[in-house]
Amino acid sequence: MVSNATSYTGSGLRDWLIQRVSAVVLGAYILFLLVFFMSHSGMEYATWEGLFGQLWMKVFTFVALLSLYAHAWIGVWTVLTDYIKPVAIRVTLEVLVVLSLLTYLIWGIVVVWSI
Amino acid sequence: MKKNRPVNLDLTTISFPLPAIVSILHRLSGVLLFLIIPLLLWTLQQSAFSEEGFLNVQDALTSTLSKVIIWVLLSAMIYHLIAGIRHLLMDMGIGEERKSGKVGAFIALGLSIVCAILVGVWLW
Repeated sequence: MVSNATSYTGSGLRDWLIQRVSAVVLGAYILFLLVFFMSHSGMEYATWEGLFGQLWMKVFTFVALLSLYAHAWIGVWTVLTDYIKPVAIRVTLEVLVVLSLLTYLIWGIVVVWSI
Repeated sequence: MKKNRPVNLDLTTISFPLPAIVSILHRLSGVLLFLIIPLLLWTLQQSAFSEEGFLNVQDALTSTLSKVIIWVLLSAMIYHLIAGIRHLLMDMGIGEERKSGKVGAFIALGLSIVCAILVGVWLW
């Protein structure tokens, strides 16, 4: 069993599963936004603001942000683990990535719930 | 272990099979998408908070340079999505053999190129 202090869940199998569940959420969110953009050419502010003003869209965005947080952590962690061999540099980068993602998560929640 | 094993780490002399290229592009696009998260959040914040911000963003997006940037980012996003779907299919045992893996990689790459062209048509 793969177990690591810096990975998202500390368990390789759980990381694997979360990476896939979050991928499906993000895929649905991106496809939804793409369809929305393509079906609203010449978009106006009222349409855009109206979309994010709806409760379901706020919840959808919130779940997508949580998924992005986990997905990016697991993905970047995998890349760093494979290519950055010196432990000190790798852990430093991992901590920076996690702190950035946490900042983005809180920033995103603040943005979504104040629209 | 033999000490004098042949080592070949010169990347320019290694021939990458198609699935390897699809895999490394999946990683590259993923890292790129991670790096642009603040840009996306900032754009959402600007565009959804006030009509003035919305118009500013809309205005900024009309230049050729920003269209090229959006084209690259959207293409990377769609590529990452398609390569991700291929991963999910492989988890189900579809396309993970040597031959079918090559076919899957070819389809993923081909589909992404078609999508990138369509995104370009849509943007311009």
